Amino acid sequence: MHFHLTGEQAAIQDAVRGTLADKWPIEKIHAFADGDADLDRASWDALMALGLGGILLPDSGMGLLDAALACEMAGEAAAAGPLIGQLLAVAALARSDSAPARSHLNALASGETIATLVHGGSGFVPCARSADFFLIVDRDAGVRLVAAGDATIDPVKASDRTRPVSKVEIAPDAGEALFAANDAMTARLADAALVLVAADALGGGQKVTDMSVAYAKEREQFGQPIGRFQALKHQLAHMALDIEPARALVWYAAYAWDAGLADAPRAAAMAKAHLCDAYVRATRAAVAAHGGIGYTWEYGLNYWFRRAIFDRAWLGSPAHHRARAADLAGW
Amino acid sequence: MDLSYGEAAEAYRAEVRAFLGSNWPPAAEVRGPGLKQFIREFRRAATEAGYLYRAIPKCYGGSEQPVDVIKAQVIREEFARARAPMEVGGNGMNMTVPTLLEKGSDEQKALFIRKTVDGEYIWGQGYSEPGSGSDLASVRTKGELSADGSKWIINGQKIWTSQGMQSTHMFMLVRTEPDAPKHDGITYLLIDLDQPGITRRPIRQMTGEEGDHTFCEFFFDNAETPVSWQVGERGQGWYVSRTTLKHERASIGSADGLGKQFSKLVELAKEVGRIDDPLVRDKLAQIEGFVLSHRYTSFRLFSCAAAGEDPGPVQLMMKLLLTETGHEMALLAQELIGDHAFVEPAGAGGRGSRGPRGPEKWLDQIMGSLGNSIAGGASNIQRNIIGERGLGLPRDLAMSGER
Repeated sequence: MHFHLTGEQAAIQDAVRGTLADKWPIEKIHAFADGDADLDRASWDALMALGLGGILLPDSGMGLLDAALACEMAGEAAAAGPLIGQLLAVAALARSDSAPARSHLNALASGETIATLVHGGSGFVPCARSADFFLIVDRDAGVRLVAAGDATIDPVKASDRTRPVSKVEIAPDAGEALFAANDAMTARLADAALVLVAADALGGGQKVTDMSVAYAKEREQFGQPIGRFQALKHQLAHMALDIEPARALVWYAAYAWDAGLADAPRAAAMAKAHLCDAYVRATRAAVAAHGGIGYTWEYGLNYWFRRAIFDRAWLGSPAHHRARAADLAGW
Repeated sequence: MDLSYGEAAEAYRAEVRAFLGSNWPPAAEVRGPGLKQFIREFRRAATEAGYLYRAIPKCYGGSEQPVDVIKAQVIREEFARARAPMEVGGNGMNMTVPTLLEKGSDEQKALFIRKTVDGEYIWGQGYSEPGSGSDLASVRTKGELSADGSKWIINGQKIWTSQGMQSTHMFMLVRTEPDAPKHDGITYLLIDLDQPGITRRPIRQMTGEEGDHTFCEFFFDNAETPVSWQVGERGQGWYVSRTTLKHERASIGSADGLGKQFSKLVELAKEVGRIDDPLVRDKLAQIEGFVLSHRYTSFRLFSCAAAGEDPGPVQLMMKLLLTETGHEMALLAQELIGDHAFVEPAGAGGRGSRGPRGPEKWLDQIMGSLGNSIAGGASNIQRNIIGERGLGLPRDLAMSGER
């Protein structure tokens, strides 16, 4: 029985956190957010240099849980780049029989090339202009790998400034088919994507909670730190209560996927719905806890606020996944 | 991660299962006093085998087993599966015994632990007073030494004592040093409740519950207890009581009860024909997100305990999470029962005689969920604990005297 992180997993998280602290400080985020690029190459390459691209290779000795821990750190740092797409493209190619598609595997796993995730049904794709490949995961149409040249990409002014989306059009038969709609791997990849978004939301929710707590200890009014006042203390306690126990929900969903448990699809839906709602609540509460400074652009809370809006809507809303979870439970 | 318990645990499970197979259940014709006797003997055998009272030394009636959370979990699961009785419950096992094991004298351990384990002594908690709730260290019930210095003479009032009508004894906090600072003037005493100086009265609850099963208030009018029944040093009672509260918290958050209650809520939605309503399905799944968070976090806490690692602030959140989720379930239940809410459930409050009960029985949970946010550390106190001990926020100035 083991249901908490190993020392090794904690060390991997520390390595990702340290790399992003170094390569993706708030000054970099500010500069990037007002620029035109949809990917910051330096911080992305640093993450790839850590080997994150290969986590979901079948022989890596790691699994979706480890991928989720990496995505959690990306969420915490509001990292740039299509990490979820990259992880899943490697997972998909490594398990596919398509020789032409598999020829791209090594370059993707090492981070030499970039893949982003296209959610079937949505035309908005994060980091599309920087991607070499689009991984389309569609429960109704299957999984495909499409080269960038086969897509039409229209940039939009994106609300999430750290993972800017573009409007992308791809012909239904473009690229290589990896898995048919009725192949079990299609659903598994779609489920894995939900768990990884939940992990991003977990990291972001934790980050804004930590920021709020730190601010409440520093900021003084009426001659004392505002965190001493019970009204704010209780709000902060509820932020923590909303995030910390939900961590185990993400762990379980990832573990269930790795272990191939029967309830893995439902656990993924529950984790996506629960964490993305919690992330929105956390970022709203964080702005409120900060007061005026939280409402400024300069302070930076808005980057996580915007990511929370993105995570909530991407790959289907909480209500959508709760409806699926209700069906999957046989209610 | 791995949710299996491992081979050694499964071997142990087979052992426990074999024991239960030959010792439980009683034959169908065993009833009444015979059944009570059977249960007593079953518990004795289970203790002998090392399954019950594992933390209690053999000389006091326990089985004195090394700490092993996995074995303990296997025992709980197998006893639950066989519907076999485990240890006697209540304040005695949860609070008195752990406190005595940690802080009691040898005489006190010998006097009280075995009889508590046997269920002969039932303990009431004497902490709260009409003027001392969350600010527990402000207790005013007075203890004074008798002229010969052999007894404490007690005057005052205690309140909100669960199981008060059945209690034979009480552990209580009394002020013995009126001039000392608030927290240093309290002594922890044990007292026999069967004496002329003590009057007890049941308090009727909002559920309508009254009589033997409700909580009580106690009046002390020159009640007496021997000085040798004082636990820990005179004036150090506050610190002695911290042991027991810790134990109470650990026992409230850990149960599987929330998941079971949620399953019943889903059954209710089916029973009243609302399970296909998309709003009800959404709300159920929303609540289940919290139920599962609680469940998987209990796995996490268990895993940390087995590995001897500190799980961090999340352990402080379990009671509030349980309570808050209970409120959400109450609100949905209220929506689901509709007109049934007009009918008072039989045996209101969940005890006493009851006939067949329809959806109106959820009124017990709807009201009881409020009790959870008061008993065992009120929700606002839980929020303080999470904020201060968990997040490291500065203490409220009014409470800065607390330790």
